[in-house]
Amino acid sequence: MIEFSTWDILRNLLLAARWTVLLSLAAFIGGALAGIAVLWLRTSRAALPRRAAWAYIELFQGTPLLMQLFLAFFGLSLLGLEVSAWTAAGAALVLWTGAFLAEIWRGCVEAVPRGQWEASASLAMSRLQQMRHVVLPQAMRIAIAPTVGFSVQVVKGTALTSIIGFVELSKAGTMITNATFRPFTVYALAALIYFALCWPLSLASRRLERRTHAADSH
Amino acid sequence: MAYRFDFAAVFDYTPVLAKGVLVTVELIAFGAAAGVAAGIACAWARTQGPRWLRPPVAAYIEVVRNTPFLIQLFFIFFGLPSAGVKLTEMQAACLAMAVNLGAYSAEIIRAGIQATPRGQFEAGASLAMSPGQVFRHVVLRPSLQRIWPALSSQIVIVMLGSAVCSQIAAEELTFAANFIQSRNFRAFEVYFVATAIYLLLAVLLRALLHALGRRLFDPGRAR
Repeated sequence: MIEFSTWDILRNLLLAARWTVLLSLAAFIGGALAGIAVLWLRTSRAALPRRAAWAYIELFQGTPLLMQLFLAFFGLSLLGLEVSAWTAAGAALVLWTGAFLAEIWRGCVEAVPRGQWEASASLAMSRLQQMRHVVLPQAMRIAIAPTVGFSVQVVKGTALTSIIGFVELSKAGTMITNATFRPFTVYALAALIYFALCWPLSLASRRLERRTHAADSH
Repeated sequence: MAYRFDFAAVFDYTPVLAKGVLVTVELIAFGAAAGVAAGIACAWARTQGPRWLRPPVAAYIEVVRNTPFLIQLFFIFFGLPSAGVKLTEMQAACLAMAVNLGAYSAEIIRAGIQATPRGQFEAGASLAMSPGQVFRHVVLRPSLQRIWPALSSQIVIVMLGSAVCSQIAAEELTFAANFIQSRNFRAFEVYFVATAIYLLLAVLLRALLHALGRRLFDPGRAR
């Protein structure tokens, strides 16, 4: 019988937390790329891509992330792909993050006055040029605070990947509980680690938000 | 080798799914009612409450908002018994949902309260109302009306989050789906159907909350 000290528990949780961080980063970067693509369709002038993007966003915002993970895990293997928990978790989180970021950023793009689009169109800019040189630089300033805020949801979302067997902080918590029979300590420490990851992001988001608002009121 | 989808294998288990839906509805009904009540109490404490009460309430809100629901659920269900609090899986699931929604809705409702014009408080006070009466009769209702759409979205998010309660064996929709796929091995079909049901529940819940908001706050109605 091996004895686990509280330090052993914390050390193993911290080792597993590396995977939480890595998965969060992968999901966030992939999700940002997916989000830009969906945003592009969502703000398109043609109805079909706009509606397709709307359906995509509704679908991913209107269903549980856990179900999306299950479908990715079992669905990808039906397509004949050999899926590890890592692949399925990554794929589902990227698609989920993309839907939310696209919707957040759409609000920011729409907050840019229409006159800006028209002015740049009158300079014979293409839609891509308008987006890149005129609208996005302005939209991005508004977008930073809510985007950082949403990154907290991504970190917390990775906890669900433990359910399809990806060993990150939550899964490690369950495994260590099974070995030590000390769920109170283990889950409290796991919560503390998540808090240490998420709280700075929450604070940063709030500070950025205040700064944006202060700039607006000038 | 193409995979043949077999959705009929799922619909053999319709009663199991139906029971799961019922439990999910029960969870969100309790969770939403208790969570919004807790949210109102915490929003009051943070804006109008006694000074000593503000730090612990702020701490509760920050801790819940910055940790995953899954960990909160595990802590309540697996962790609390060693502190002498034993809960059934349904009680733990309801409590976790209420605790979670309480923290999020507190912040939403607080924003609504802070948007109340100062004159409203003063008008209430000039009618010799106590601060508690002003809050209950003057401030609360328009505050809730202001933030009702945001609060509705949060309730829908918590409903979708209830899928996680399957992990402590609360027998809701995801638990039913897990059970069915362990019987017929049609994992993809089962989760596909369950996902569709969640989407439908989300749409229905949003419509219900919208209608409730109209009923509670419609300015055209006589009070």
